[in-house]
Amino acid sequence: MKGRFLGQPWTFWAIVVVIFAVVQVIFLRDLVTDYIQTVIQYACVMAIVALGLNLIYGFTGQFSLGQWGFYAIGAYASAEITYTYAGRFSRPIDLGFTTIDLGSTAVFLFAILFGACLSAAISFLFGLPVLKMGGDYFGIATLGFTMVVKVLADNSDKLFFEEMKGSRGMVGIPQLTTWLWAFLFLVLALVVMRNLIYSTTGRAMVSVREDEIAAKAMGIDTVRYKTLAFVIGSFYAGLAGGLYAHLYAFLHPSTFHFVKSFDIWIIVVFGGVGSITGTLIATFGWAALLEGLRIFLPSGTETWRFVIYPVLLLLVMLLRPQGLFGGMELGFLKPPRWPRRQKSAATEN
Amino acid sequence: MKTSGKKGLGIIGRVVIALLALGYAYILLRGLIDNPVLFLQQVINGFQLGFVYALIALGYTMVYGIVRLINFAHGDVFMVGAFVSYFAVSYYGVTRLKVLEVFGSTLGPVVGTGLVILMAMAVCSAMAVTIERVAYKPLRNAPRISALITAIAVSFFLEYFASLDFVFTSNFIIYERPFDLIVWSPIPGVTISNIMVIIVVASILFLLFLQYIVHRTKMGKAMRACSYDKPTARLMGIDVDQVISFTFALGAALAGAGGVLYAIAYPQLIVFMGIMPGLKAFVAAVLGGIGNIPGAFVGSLIMGQAEVLSAGYISTTMRDAIAFTILIIVLIVKPTGLFGEPEGQKV
Repeated sequence: MKGRFLGQPWTFWAIVVVIFAVVQVIFLRDLVTDYIQTVIQYACVMAIVALGLNLIYGFTGQFSLGQWGFYAIGAYASAEITYTYAGRFSRPIDLGFTTIDLGSTAVFLFAILFGACLSAAISFLFGLPVLKMGGDYFGIATLGFTMVVKVLADNSDKLFFEEMKGSRGMVGIPQLTTWLWAFLFLVLALVVMRNLIYSTTGRAMVSVREDEIAAKAMGIDTVRYKTLAFVIGSFYAGLAGGLYAHLYAFLHPSTFHFVKSFDIWIIVVFGGVGSITGTLIATFGWAALLEGLRIFLPSGTETWRFVIYPVLLLLVMLLRPQGLFGGMELGFLKPPRWPRRQKSAATEN
Repeated sequence: MKTSGKKGLGIIGRVVIALLALGYAYILLRGLIDNPVLFLQQVINGFQLGFVYALIALGYTMVYGIVRLINFAHGDVFMVGAFVSYFAVSYYGVTRLKVLEVFGSTLGPVVGTGLVILMAMAVCSAMAVTIERVAYKPLRNAPRISALITAIAVSFFLEYFASLDFVFTSNFIIYERPFDLIVWSPIPGVTISNIMVIIVVASILFLLFLQYIVHRTKMGKAMRACSYDKPTARLMGIDVDQVISFTFALGAALAGAGGVLYAIAYPQLIVFMGIMPGLKAFVAAVLGGIGNIPGAFVGSLIMGQAEVLSAGYISTTMRDAIAFTILIIVLIVKPTGLFGEPEGQKV
């Protein structure tokens, strides 16, 4: 077998490139509408947020209602940077079938990574005092955090930058998220998550979920791993927020109200707690369902979606609380098969 | 990375919180000194809000005390209470029934309102018991997170189902007060309304009623026993399921009454009106020590004051943020709240 990149065999990356190319061609040839293109990219974004939440809740067992707050932070922070700087560095190059702009793309990448790091930093600071509390209290505290972030977004024009325009919504964000970036970040997020889960760090996180006291008794520093999970999950949320901001080029604080985070909870719980595959499939299933319902439900009854969601969630909680793929994985996300042990250590060269 | 499990915060955290608290106190003190009459008015308004929150917070705290569940759907029970009173007053004209004219033209509507409150309490209790049986009971032995998620799901379902057009619609509904607003000005610059008086009196009566039930009836004793140790309570012959249903019903009844009073005080209804008061009442319950009934009451009064004073002296738009920041600070500094006892962990 030829070398591995980021822990995955070259076959995996080959498939990734093929999928990317196929979809990219479909997009470039306008074989699907702009709307569907946006929905697919949005699904990628939501998948990243859901993966982050799955790490915090599914694998480490911390009930965090704060994912949406970090999503907002990533969105606004990255939008502010590109709003201010993307124009200045813009240098478009015409390639015939498409135009690329290295300057603004560089600013975009910096911006979303900055947004993600900011989310991670804030989650670290917030987590320091808060993660020590028990499950319920941590959930409440993170809920409070999300609420506060939303109010800060509403007042963002008075508190932060004029152009954020508070509750009127921020406009003028360059629309720099493309299929390339959405897909690339999703794949990276998946691979990193998978590698994390199947490492000793990941096992420690799962042990925290299973029985925190037993884990502590085994010498695992539970606070450290809870914090790590929380920070990484928030990084994912912030990254996704940045991608989201540059996808729709418009940010409105109402998007970041806690109640809107219900979608990712449905995805995580429905898809399977502690299952990366489950989260991934559930995200795209949810996006498909969303659009499907939009088509099939006669107009005016769209609110029925929000009646159906909670009922579905309720049914899942009552009938199959571990979700569809709870604890199971498919494909490359399966746990690695460890090599067999040698007969004795002395025979190893 | 700091990995110790010390309770509370390091020195930096304490300094930050102390500074925030001092800053807040300074702003309020300045307001008090600048215009004491206005400050008094704000305090009075804060009491009105605080008592309504108390009625909701009591339900949260009782349910948590007994099943360790944060019933996120409780705020929506409050909303249903408000809507029941709307239908009773505007559609069915309960407060204008002929039979009430026995009490005269001013007292009649007030008695009618009392009837409406009882109706709301009944409907809300029934609803809460149904929710408990359908959604929470099957999950009683599941991890608490599952029950929490279910509670959120129930809350969403109630809100969006009610927002459908054939139910309550998603529009704002102007509420017609069953009796007229009368204001007095005992001190120039300070107004008190009859609604305020009714809210305070009704809340105090409900609280006394609740204290009576919890401390002087057999059912109350059973409730307290279940909140300490359910299996043992069962061994003592207590029907725990019945007690739990009763607790839900009682909490919901109070919330329903609170909904009616809130609607009378702030006569604009919408199906999502329960979210914020529900969350704030929950903060109040946590502040007072979740599971502790007098604590919930005190916490609510404090939250009412904090909200009104923050709206008045800092910023109306930031008042929700301040309420939740108080929550976070309380959770960090003393998670068990003002009156709560820490819960040991069983290994």
